[in-house]
Amino acid sequence: MIPGQFDYVRPGDIDQALMILREREGEAKLLSGGYSLIPLIKLRLAQPTVLVDLRDIGGLDGITETDDELRIGARATHRQIHEHPIIVDRYPGTRELAGHIGDPQVRNWGTIGGSIAHADPASDWPAMLLALRATIVCRSEGGERLVKARDFFLDTFTTALQPTEVITEIRSPRRPMHAGGAYTKLERKVGDFATCGVAAAVGLGDDGRISWVGIGITAVADAPFAATHAEAALKGAHPTEAMFHQAAAAAAAQTRPAADVRGSVEYKQAMAAEMTVRSLRRAVERAQAYV
Amino acid sequence: MTTQHVTLTVNGEAREADVEPRLLLVHLLRDVFGLTGTHIGCDTSHCGACTVHVDGVSAKSCTMLAVQADGHEIKTIEGMADGANLHPLQQAFWDQHGLQCGFCTPGMIMQAAWLLDENPEPSEAEIREGIGGNLCRCTGYVNIVKAIQQAAGELSAAESAPVVAAATTEGQAVTAEPAAAG
Repeated sequence: MIPGQFDYVRPGDIDQALMILREREGEAKLLSGGYSLIPLIKLRLAQPTVLVDLRDIGGLDGITETDDELRIGARATHRQIHEHPIIVDRYPGTRELAGHIGDPQVRNWGTIGGSIAHADPASDWPAMLLALRATIVCRSEGGERLVKARDFFLDTFTTALQPTEVITEIRSPRRPMHAGGAYTKLERKVGDFATCGVAAAVGLGDDGRISWVGIGITAVADAPFAATHAEAALKGAHPTEAMFHQAAAAAAAQTRPAADVRGSVEYKQAMAAEMTVRSLRRAVERAQAYV
Repeated sequence: MTTQHVTLTVNGEAREADVEPRLLLVHLLRDVFGLTGTHIGCDTSHCGACTVHVDGVSAKSCTMLAVQADGHEIKTIEGMADGANLHPLQQAFWDQHGLQCGFCTPGMIMQAAWLLDENPEPSEAEIREGIGGNLCRCTGYVNIVKAIQQAAGELSAAESAPVVAAATTEGQAVTAEPAAAG
């Protein structure tokens, strides 16, 4: 497949990139790893007139912890995230998500920023960012704007990112003691998009009850969403199997899946419930073990 | 139409071309440079037949623009053999009958080469995981996995071989064992 024609620029720093975005507002599209955008351009589902390749812009792929945040640079590849010592040591849910995106070549080149800007309704990262109540740092020539993940994924392939902005970083709370996360993805085969994916993040109080919880669900609605009804049911409860199933039923009721080659509406709702149970179970086990 | 000049290294050789920005890397390799060992399978980023190395990292060359490769180092299946001597992975695919039609083989070998660079002694599960982005429609993967296991053993043995050679030149007693340890 041959893409339509476009111009290509590879700015050397972010200020140059932002200038191009402003000068060619609405025509320019940012290129990061390319594993979402290039297939769309080949299919001519996207026809930007200029591609702004971020490849030469340094300093956007760091993974660090501050006193209270985990910060992942937007240009960090799925593979970098999967293998980073901070993630390996302390963020098992994020690690299992990164390791289940696409296939090895996709993970070698695809980036977290590119993935969330693209906002495929079945992409994996949004589920975890919603569960963790992460913040997305969007930079324009006017400065930085912090957007909550829960305000970011608006619709299919549609986000709160403005045409003149670049995502530079994703920030989420640093993992406290007695907290854990998990991501469970149902896929037909390796490399497929999720039939359904559920991320859970859970914090336990001294009494063993759930003191805070986040659940993000992908692939079973027009856009990934937070399962707020399930979260409300779990908060303050003891983390029992019965509670997990009750929350899972609430989560499934919030899905709006479309029947397609991956399954019927009923099947996808049932799977959303099951993946919710599995993620909650693992997140709680990890929270109990993280002391 | 606007073209851009690209300069890159392909299999150790400096190459350049004037390309349209929309030209895919795989078309640059095949149609402009005549390196037709890199195959186009699905053309939709699924099958991995077009896998090459970009700066040592495996990539699907149908999912990368030629202009993105400007200034970078590409390795294709044509860069694997040393003259008439097949790369251990190529030899292993031959020995283990790791192919039937052969269409997926160049991509499969490039992906396996990257995998073994990263993880010289992978388990069977790690090999299967590592070639998860490469589809073969003939073999059922069993012989491909065997071939990668054979090459892993040989490449690890080759790694330890210079140590044996050095010991020999120093006149120390050398047993036949160490090279087989891989």
